[in-house]
Amino acid sequence: MKSKDLAYVALFAAIVAVLGLVPPVPVPGIPVPITAQTLGVMLAGSVLGARRGGLALLTFLAVVAVGAPLLSGGRGGLAVFVGPSAGYLYSWPIAAFVIGLLTQLTWRRFNLAWALVANLIGGIAVIYAIGIPFTALFGDVSLTAAATGSLAFIPGDLVKAGAASVVAVAVRRAYPVIELPARRPAAAG
Amino acid sequence: MTLALYVPVASPVHRAPAGLKLALLTGLGAGLFLIERLDVVVGALVAVAVVALAAARLPLRALVAQVRPVWPWLAVLLVFHLVVTDWRTGTLAVTRLLALVLAAAVVTATTRVTALVAVVEWLVRPLGVFGVRPARVGLVIAMTLRFVPLIAERAQRIREAQAARGATGMRLGMLVPLLVQVLRLAATLGEALDARGADAPVSPRDRRAGAPAP
Repeated sequence: MKSKDLAYVALFAAIVAVLGLVPPVPVPGIPVPITAQTLGVMLAGSVLGARRGGLALLTFLAVVAVGAPLLSGGRGGLAVFVGPSAGYLYSWPIAAFVIGLLTQLTWRRFNLAWALVANLIGGIAVIYAIGIPFTALFGDVSLTAAATGSLAFIPGDLVKAGAASVVAVAVRRAYPVIELPARRPAAAG
Repeated sequence: MTLALYVPVASPVHRAPAGLKLALLTGLGAGLFLIERLDVVVGALVAVAVVALAAARLPLRALVAQVRPVWPWLAVLLVFHLVVTDWRTGTLAVTRLLALVLAAAVVTATTRVTALVAVVEWLVRPLGVFGVRPARVGLVIAMTLRFVPLIAERAQRIREAQAARGATGMRLGMLVPLLVQVLRLAATLGEALDARGADAPVSPRDRRAGAPAP
């Protein structure tokens, strides 16, 4: 990785942290509050691409683990990596990677629709596919109960996916970061 | 806001190795969540406070400043438990979190970031087989910690600029200028890192691409 890529990774990890300063919306009956932080997951993937986006979230989790209270609600330290909602944390680097991968695949014709596809699959499906089994395991509840419990977050996540897609398209127009290998002349013809 | 939470005081807690302090914090975290007894958890909170004020000689002000961001969250949690379960469960959950947050604050206030990052570098050393360079992992973590207040400040500036033009509460409209500013900053920063030799030693693949040998 080039030094510039290291800078992208560190800066986006910091952006995810700053998004955590936006006050979370607690949902009664569910131990995970709705936060703006997954918006950062989506943005990292759809602005930086798979590798750098995934690493940015991995860096963010490392910074939280060394004790910086940067998780929304001022949480931090190693305690947040165990417990019912930890699976959602673990899913973030993978989600950013998947969003980045889908964004790179559609980069040449990237528009709001493709951005939405990437963010809905990577930013919602992947996160739930990892988070729900963890909740079932740690919270000692059935998969169905854990899945039902997480339904409350779907509206918020849809809003966030929409917001991230609009921002990703605008940033691509203003300052595209993802670089694809040069198109071969045969393919360009 | 600032993340410069280290409080330079000479104390045995400050001198203790960062790895040991982190291990104790992990142990405390795991222990607190396994224990369901209110008296033990309250005892842990008192013990942590004694360590913080007497052994580590941290000023009360520095501790309060670190714990302050969690207050609203703890209040919501307590109210939630009062409504849904009972005061005992609520007090237990809040005391447990307060003890843990305070303990984390003590580790943060008594340990230099460089020492904590060194622990992470030590932890990622086995990943060297996958081409991960521990020194660069530490560099990225240190940069992230430095950038959080910087980005928060830039976000605040953009918010003020947009408010001056009559926009109110436009959170989404803030993100695009913020991201573009940050991406530009990354380009400058990459050059600054290269100038300080962050890209050396070059990997064989980069060397073939024309980069100078270390």
